[in-house]
Amino acid sequence: MGIYELSLAIIVCINIVLALGLNLITGYCGQISLGHAAFFGIGAYTVGVLAKAGFPSAVCIFAAILMAGFIGIIVGTASLRVRDDFLAITTMGVGFLFLGIIRQQEGLLGGEMGLSGIPTIGFDKPGFLVIAFIAVILCSALSLYIKRSWMGFAFDAVATDEDTAKLLTVDVAAYKLTAFALGTAMAGLAGGLYCYFTRFIMPDDFGFLTSISVLSMVAVGGIGSVPGVIIGTALLTLLPEMSTFLSDYKLLFYGAMLFAVMRFAPEGIAGIGTRVVQIYGRRGDAK
Amino acid sequence: MSVLLNVRNVTMHFGGVHALTDVSFQVMQGEFLSLIGPNGAGKTTMLRAITGVVTPQFAKVELGGVSIVGLPIHKRARLGMAMTNQIVRPFVTMNLLDNVALAAGHRRIATVLKAVSSVDKGAERKKAQELLDMLGIGKHTQENIQGQPLGVLKRLEVARALALEPKLLLLDEPLAGLNHIEAARLADVIVEINKQGLTVVMIEHNLGEVLRVSGRLVVLDNGRKIAEGDPQIVMRQPKVRAAYVGKEAEDAAA
Repeated sequence: MGIYELSLAIIVCINIVLALGLNLITGYCGQISLGHAAFFGIGAYTVGVLAKAGFPSAVCIFAAILMAGFIGIIVGTASLRVRDDFLAITTMGVGFLFLGIIRQQEGLLGGEMGLSGIPTIGFDKPGFLVIAFIAVILCSALSLYIKRSWMGFAFDAVATDEDTAKLLTVDVAAYKLTAFALGTAMAGLAGGLYCYFTRFIMPDDFGFLTSISVLSMVAVGGIGSVPGVIIGTALLTLLPEMSTFLSDYKLLFYGAMLFAVMRFAPEGIAGIGTRVVQIYGRRGDAK
Repeated sequence: MSVLLNVRNVTMHFGGVHALTDVSFQVMQGEFLSLIGPNGAGKTTMLRAITGVVTPQFAKVELGGVSIVGLPIHKRARLGMAMTNQIVRPFVTMNLLDNVALAAGHRRIATVLKAVSSVDKGAERKKAQELLDMLGIGKHTQENIQGQPLGVLKRLEVARALALEPKLLLLDEPLAGLNHIEAARLADVIVEINKQGLTVVMIEHNLGEVLRVSGRLVVLDNGRKIAEGDPQIVMRQPKVRAAYVGKEAEDAAA
C-alpha cells in the first residue's frame, strides 16, 4: 500500500467510527441528528488544544471521547422536548452554534485560521491505520452488542413508538440520552483520530456539509445496520476519490445517492442485501 | 375490600371542549369495572388521565393509597398500571412474540445499566409465548405485524399489557373490531384473569359483553358521571337509557 492508499484507508476508518456513532442515535434510537459534525469537531478540537499543550496522545483521545459525550448529553437533554422535524432543526442549530463559537475563539481555537502544528500521535501511517482499524472494531463490536442486549430492544421500542414505549415502563428520556451520549462519544473518538491524522483542523471540516455527508453514509448503507453502515461509508468515501468527476460533484453525488436510496430502497444497501439473500434462499428451497 | 384506584374530581378541558368535568370514582381491589357511555363521553380521556398521557386541569389520582399525580407515564406504569390502546399500536419493527417479550422484560429495561448488561431473552420470550397462547394467538408469534388482522392485534395489545404483570389493567375497547365469537372468547379470558385477582377497568361499547362480564358500571355522558353501580340496575335508569338511545327516547317516554 502506498501513502495515498494508506491515507484513504485511515479516512475510511475514521468515517466509519463517525457514522457508527450517528447510527446509534438515528438508526438504533430513531433520533434524527443533523449536527453530528459538531461532535466530530468537539473531539478534534479537544485533541488539538490538549496535544498542543503537551498532553500524551492517549489522554487527548480519551478526553475527546469524554468531552464530545458530555456535550452530547447536554444537547440531548435540550432535545428531549422536541421530536422529528423539530429535532432535526434543533440539532442543525447545534451544528451552526458550534461553528460560530469556534470561529470566534481566535486565541485558543485558532478562529477561521484553524489549529495547525498539532504534534504527531507517535506512529507512522501503517501504525495509525492499525489504531484507526482497532477503533472501527471496538465501535462495531459495541454497536453489535448493544443491538443484541435489552438496551437495543428498548432503543427499538423508543425508535418505533415512544408513546407506547412509555406505557410499557420504558424511561424514554434516559434511553435517548444514552444514545446521544454513546453516539456523540464515538464522534469524539473519530474527531480525535482525525485531528491526529491531518494535524491541521479548520472550522469548515466540521460544518453542515459534513453532517449531511455522514447522514448520507448511514442512510445509503442502511439505517440501523452495522455492516450496512460500514459498506455505505466505505463506498461514499472512496467513490469520489476514484473518479475526478464524482469528486468535483461530490455533494451532487451524495444527494443523488440519498435520493435514490430513499426512493427505491429505504433500508439501504443492508436492505438490498437482505432481500437478495431471501430471493436466493427461496430459489435454493425450490430446487 | 380495599380501594385500589381512587379518582377524584378529574376536570379536563381541551380549549373550549369540556372532555371531563369533576368526575370521581373508585375501583376496588379485584373488581371488574366497566366504564361506559356514548361516543365523546370522555371515557378514553379518563383512562389517559389515569395513565398520565394527558394532564388534566385538576385531578387527584391515587393508586393503592399513593398519589400518582405529577408522575411521568413510565413511572405510573411501573407502579402497576397497564393500558391497552383503542387503536392498536404494536411495534411494527418486531414480531408478535418480541412485542410481548419487551413488556415481559420490564424489569430488565428499568434502568439503562441493567438493560445494557443483560442479553438473554429466553425467559421473557417463553413468558410471551404463554401469554399469546392464553389469548389464542400463539401460532402467530413469529410473524410480522404487517398484514395481521385486527382481531390478532387487539389480542396482542392485551397480551402486552398483561406481560407487565400489572395490579390494574385498563382496557380501552378491547372487543371493538372483533367478531362475535372472538369478542366473547377475549371477554372470557379477561374474566378469567380478573378471577385470578387482577383488577380490571374496561371501556367497551359492546353492551352485551359488558353486562355479561362486569361487576359494576360507571356511566359517563358529556364528560360527567351520570350513574354508577350494579350493571342491571344502572342500565334501567332513564338517564342512562337516554344517553345511550338518544334524547328522542327520553322525549317519547315523557
